[in-house]
Amino acid sequence: MTGYIHSKESFGTVDGPGIRYVLFMQGCPLRCIYCHNPDTWQIDGGTPVTVDEVITEFNKNRAFYKNGGITVTGGEPLLQTDFLIELFKRAREESIHTCIDTSGIVFNSDNEEFTRKLDTLLDYTDLVLLDIKHINGVKHKEITGAENNNVLSFAKHLEEKKVPLWVRHIIIEGYTDKPEDLIALGEFIGRLKNLKALDVLPYHTMGVSKYKELGIAYPLEGMEALPVGKAVEAKKHILQGIKNVVG
Amino acid sequence: MDFENWKGFEGGTWKKEINVRSFIKHNFIPYDGDESFLTPPTQDTLDLWDQVLELSQKEREAGGVLDMDTKVISTITSHAPGYLNKDKEKIVGFQTDKPFKRALMPYGGIRMAEKACKDNGYELDPEVKDFFSIHRKTHNAGVFDAYTPEMRACRSSHIITGLPDAYGRGRIIGDYRRVALYGIDRLIEDKLEQKETTRSAMYSQVIQEREELSEQIRALEDLKKMALSYGFDISKPAKDTKEAIQWLYFAYLGAVKEQNGAAMSLGRTSTFLDIYSERDLKNGTYTESELQEMIDQFIMKLRLIKFARTPEYNALFSGDPQWVTESIAGVAIDGRHMVTKMSYRYLHTLENLGAAPEPNLTVLWSTRLPDNFKRFCARISIETSSVQYENDDLMRFTHGDDYAIACCVSSMRLGKEMQFFGARANLAKCLLYAINGGVDEITGKQIAPEYRPITSEYLDYDEVMAKYDAMMEWLAEVYVNTLNIIHYMHDKYSYEKLQMALHDKKVTRWFATGIAGLSVVADSLSAIKYAKVKTIRNEKGIVVDYEVEGDFPKYGNDDDRVDKLAYDIVHRFMTHIKKNHTYRGSIPTTSILTITSNVVYGNNTGATPDGRKKGEAFAPGANPMHRRDSHGAVASLASVAKLPFVDAQDGISNTFSIIPGALGKDDQIFAGDIEVDLDCGDGACCSPTLFEGLDDPKAGNLN
Repeated sequence: MTGYIHSKESFGTVDGPGIRYVLFMQGCPLRCIYCHNPDTWQIDGGTPVTVDEVITEFNKNRAFYKNGGITVTGGEPLLQTDFLIELFKRAREESIHTCIDTSGIVFNSDNEEFTRKLDTLLDYTDLVLLDIKHINGVKHKEITGAENNNVLSFAKHLEEKKVPLWVRHIIIEGYTDKPEDLIALGEFIGRLKNLKALDVLPYHTMGVSKYKELGIAYPLEGMEALPVGKAVEAKKHILQGIKNVVG
Repeated sequence: MDFENWKGFEGGTWKKEINVRSFIKHNFIPYDGDESFLTPPTQDTLDLWDQVLELSQKEREAGGVLDMDTKVISTITSHAPGYLNKDKEKIVGFQTDKPFKRALMPYGGIRMAEKACKDNGYELDPEVKDFFSIHRKTHNAGVFDAYTPEMRACRSSHIITGLPDAYGRGRIIGDYRRVALYGIDRLIEDKLEQKETTRSAMYSQVIQEREELSEQIRALEDLKKMALSYGFDISKPAKDTKEAIQWLYFAYLGAVKEQNGAAMSLGRTSTFLDIYSERDLKNGTYTESELQEMIDQFIMKLRLIKFARTPEYNALFSGDPQWVTESIAGVAIDGRHMVTKMSYRYLHTLENLGAAPEPNLTVLWSTRLPDNFKRFCARISIETSSVQYENDDLMRFTHGDDYAIACCVSSMRLGKEMQFFGARANLAKCLLYAINGGVDEITGKQIAPEYRPITSEYLDYDEVMAKYDAMMEWLAEVYVNTLNIIHYMHDKYSYEKLQMALHDKKVTRWFATGIAGLSVVADSLSAIKYAKVKTIRNEKGIVVDYEVEGDFPKYGNDDDRVDKLAYDIVHRFMTHIKKNHTYRGSIPTTSILTITSNVVYGNNTGATPDGRKKGEAFAPGANPMHRRDSHGAVASLASVAKLPFVDAQDGISNTFSIIPGALGKDDQIFAGDIEVDLDCGDGACCSPTLFEGLDDPKAGNLN
């Protein structure tokens, strides 16, 4: 089974617990205005990689990954569910912790085939990092190009399937930092019984140079990285929302 | 043998013979608790530290040296006592009669001593200069009397660099704890017995041994006199923690009054001292605050060890390091970890006095250290960036549980092993010599034997390897012989009599060679093997540059094709080293650890077949070349980890920097464990039970 990746990182420490082997999958349907991996957008292309290669490479340095595992991110990993099923099945056989970092955008409960495959994948998935870009559908569309119905349904689907969930949320000044939105987000995720952690990410500018290389205009040109203090503030609001709904 | 001051200690072999390890084994108590017992600095400590900071400021303003001896030759007893503030100092002693005054140590070489004075704006007393030029030979003079023309050529072409032929070799650690545990008189008694039991046939080794033992005894007597000048009688064992620290420090101080070595390390003292402090706490002799005060002030003294050095020396070592390395923790061979409260107190000085590079506090890391200690180390590292870690699980296998680190990575059993420091051979330059038939690519001079050079336009792997192997064999021979001369002369003219007095009679000596440019060579050979490398020659036909056509596997990406080449080079070079006679029955080892001098080595080396340009710095130690490791840290570390430690037992270093954000989540913005901890309103809710180690990723990941 072959998957297509943009790149890999042997020392991932921010995409799930412990030290992780991270695959950046090629291809993404969203066009987030602050995306720091625009080079993974293109659905065609990427470097082919087999399940065997990944597992072999992981096992070679297993000592490093004692408290970690494998994370697939991207791009949008759920565009390559067939590959992920094979990969995670093998990982489960080898007792490797598995994690998907996704926007949830490709979830579609009307598509039976997709849901069937997704459920198979989730059987082998230990953790999902769900990046909810915005709780408000209109604003979600503004920053990503798509509404968030699928994302929110996906979160509920994960709850039903009892898949442990970390919610990620990126704070961008003027776009995602309104207290009322953050509280609403908190209230939504606070109701999810599978929620294990909240990861608030301050906007950063590390991806900007990639736009120049790719020759595309950067929508947030000139915006500065968000000070950590503001992300801390935002986290408080989200936690407040969670508290509002948790007894 | 028994002393009143040993009351309360468990007995063991240590009472019958000089054996500090036995004392520790029978008496230390592993500590599994956390850091909550630690205390802040006392007012006296803070006052003294302010005084130090003020003097440091003055020293910087004065251009790096505040005061220097130009006349008094430093010995154990040469200087009157020196103090910062006698009333506030709990631990006393300086190298000269006042703090920040650098001592004059000409036995390594009079020109170096003179230059150190001159470069810092002082003038060496002409009488001293005359004396050491005419009447008393130095180590440096001895070495140059014996060097062959070939050795001199290798030295000036920098294929061998950093040789300790004009400065003190260092890398010897006296077992300074012996003075505290036994007192000087017992140690002298032991040395006298050693002298009585040498062989009676007087061949040169026996004569040398007898002379050295006499020197050692004299050094011990001098040490007693020096301590007495500070008002302490160290002839008997120390009676409590304060005396134990003071006795131990006097022993170390004696060594740094006598020797300006390239690394003057302290040893492994914390768990030893913990035995005293536990007894004192139990007896109510001292409080925790008093104990911390002694340690703070002891560490403060170690921070003030200074030597007179030249700008070139400082350039080679990137600064003015003393390498006062102290080894902390580790695991005993009976399976108990050796973390004690004193291990915490030592590291806590970084908080009480602030961060500092010296003394070089080195944690002997093992997966079996207690979690509390691991977390504490991680926190101190994050806050101060001042802790070094080394792999105890690897070193314990060959060195047991009472070894310490000299300099940055050289491990040796305390009081039982010492090392002949040997700087480095430049294996990248050696590869260029193989290609150019022994002609130096920068000067055009014939340095190595005139082997047949490579004449083809494109390099052929097998041809290059065959020539490289022959050139390495030549280099190993001239290198080892150069070191043989250096260490013979060092023993003869600048013998470390006090440090050796704190060793057993039968000492294992390591002959420590070193390698520079490993990753350059590995990548070069990989380029030759897997890509096409075209030679570019100057008008004399010497290859001075290379053009690489195509891509090739690069060391640092966990790619066996090239990692195997790196492994192979280390093993081959070591095999060639071992073919040679080594001075005084020493055992050859090698190291791959140019932590700073990689810049200087790169400067003096022409372009290499991996595409590295002339003069470009090498990677430090065993590091992959800068920016060539493209698969993340684990892949990079995995490449380094494949190197054969058995061939490079003197140490393999990998300088690793990473931005803090890439080490894990910031717990300010990451809320783990949502379910169980929702009651905190400030947003900083993190109790790391669900994702163990996640909120303290550095601690969690160090496993």
